[in-house]
Amino acid sequence: MSQPLNRPKRKNPLQRTKHPLSPPGVRSRTAHGLTAAAAEGRFALQVCEDCKTVIYPPRDCCPTCLSVRLPFRDVERGGVLVAETTVQVSADPYFRERTPWRVGTVKLDAGPLIVAHLHADAQEGHRVRLDLKLDKSGSAVVMALPEKDTPNMADDPHLREMTCDPKFRRVLITDGRTPVGQAMAEAFAEAGAAIVFVGIADPWKPVPGLEALRKIGPVEIVPLDLTDSESVSEQAEQNGARIDIVVNTAEHVRSGGIVDRHGLTTVREQIDIRYLGLVRLAQAFGPVLRARGADGINAAAAFVNLLSAHALMNWPAYGSYSAAEAACLSAAQCMRTELRPGGIKVMNVFFGPLETEWFQTVPPPKVAPATLARAVVRGLQQGLEDVFVGDIAEDIRARLAVNPKALERELAS
Amino acid sequence: MTVDVLSFARAVALGQIRVVDLTQTLSQDFPTIVLPPELGQCAPFRIEEISRYDERGPAWYWNNISLGEHTGTHFDAPIHWISGKDLPNNAVDTIDVTKFIAPAVVIDCSKECAADPDFALTVAFVEAWEARHGKIEPGHWVLLRSDWSKQDFTQYANLREDGAHTPGPAPEVVKWFVEARDVHGFGTETIGTDLGQGHHFNPPFPAHFYMHGKGRFGLQCLTNLDQLPPKGAVIIAAPLKIKQGSGSPLRVLALVS
Repeated sequence: MSQPLNRPKRKNPLQRTKHPLSPPGVRSRTAHGLTAAAAEGRFALQVCEDCKTVIYPPRDCCPTCLSVRLPFRDVERGGVLVAETTVQVSADPYFRERTPWRVGTVKLDAGPLIVAHLHADAQEGHRVRLDLKLDKSGSAVVMALPEKDTPNMADDPHLREMTCDPKFRRVLITDGRTPVGQAMAEAFAEAGAAIVFVGIADPWKPVPGLEALRKIGPVEIVPLDLTDSESVSEQAEQNGARIDIVVNTAEHVRSGGIVDRHGLTTVREQIDIRYLGLVRLAQAFGPVLRARGADGINAAAAFVNLLSAHALMNWPAYGSYSAAEAACLSAAQCMRTELRPGGIKVMNVFFGPLETEWFQTVPPPKVAPATLARAVVRGLQQGLEDVFVGDIAEDIRARLAVNPKALERELAS
Repeated sequence: MTVDVLSFARAVALGQIRVVDLTQTLSQDFPTIVLPPELGQCAPFRIEEISRYDERGPAWYWNNISLGEHTGTHFDAPIHWISGKDLPNNAVDTIDVTKFIAPAVVIDCSKECAADPDFALTVAFVEAWEARHGKIEPGHWVLLRSDWSKQDFTQYANLREDGAHTPGPAPEVVKWFVEARDVHGFGTETIGTDLGQGHHFNPPFPAHFYMHGKGRFGLQCLTNLDQLPPKGAVIIAAPLKIKQGSGSPLRVLALVS
């Protein structure tokens, strides 16, 4: 059984903060098939199209039949931990700080033998389930978990290295005015976050739901306006050094496209709140998040982008909205590279139309704010990079993989 | 009669003429008017550093700013309202510049506004004021002193479920100001020249409708009106020369001898 994590003590302000380090992160282009699966929480290995052999590690031709048709497919995770060893000494700076570190050989039911990191509850000779995780370098690694969930499982320090579990972490919800922002505050409080900072812009305007928000235990209301660079940097100066997860809930949903829109005011607001707001957050909070990637149990861990799935393909009925979301997606990809030296994950959470007032005329299926919030928490607990929430988002992802052009045409109607 | 402007300048320098700043500081958190969210919105004031003695410009500090024509202390031109859209010289760039300097009367309604945020100025109220201070002469700004500028921003905007509750003029007094008193324009300390609930009047937004319909001007988000006498102040309110501008943020000064 994993030792339950204790609430971290207050940090000794005279102690040097450890510089974040990364495990070796170079992978072949083929091996990034594992990265893609790990980013979404899938367990996928290469499966030979010709002889059906399941292959690990990733290769460019099948070791059984020499076929080069080796697509990644989701495969069963089950296997047996046949042997384990504990690394006591490592020459690698990242692992040196984290020894002893258990690794083992797992015989997967699907065929291959896989060397994996071991969860504390994965025992030699017992069945395990394998998971692909993104480590601090952003690369996929295999981790063997106990076959069934065990108490305090998520608290295992090696697993927690791979995840962004909100437990005991301090979270910033950037916009608490929206139903999504308020649902997010509730979900993070439930997930054991130590502090949930909730940003409110224009405090002179009434805030529906503010009283309920204040009643959520760890919530602290803070002034934050993503359209105002000074407001964003002031919040980062105040609380940046004790924020471990940033969740950008700012939204600007308006229907209407590009050609038939009258003037630029709405489009400019969308870009200001969404794209420029994200850039302001990234510039203000990014450097301190990155510097605090190895700051103990509540080290900085993640930056969460809530993105319309129409960032992936424009939905002309909400065309300018989709375009602003696409800009945020592009920025998030850049931020991933920039924050990776700190081991900070940038998690993109894609969703379809929400069950909120600005999607009033859109028929279901729609995503409830609480569903979205739970998906964000679950994604962080699993250490994902890309999360698709709800039928529309899943559908867009699937159709995009098959035929982007067909998706473009179909979204037009 | 020749007027000696140098003597005037000397009197200002010597403090014989007091200069009162009627302007709110342009800052990001100062409230702007709030319209239903599906309508176009006035941009709040925003400021971005271009450089501050750094790699972006080693020896100089400067900013880019963005804001709406009706952000902060601002001037309303007749073209702002549909009733004034066809008047000649109705935009800030074409208004005769002599109009930017004019005397003012200040009607103190601060007690009434403190008691009732929906206080509406009436003809009877102004006639009672005239009985004490004399008739309002043609060509004067009428400034409504509410002391609203002394409130915190939440009270200042005073937004409730049925919208803003801030004082202003009733429709008949605006019409009367224009027709019976030939005023220069109307100025307030609140976000607009009209009441917060002014859209329920007939016509809606009467200060805008009647003033601009007759080519008169508006000033709003004024402050320090409590430092002005009921009569005798001269207002300098020159908007930016924005091509076909409907209004403009500006520095409003009052000269008091």
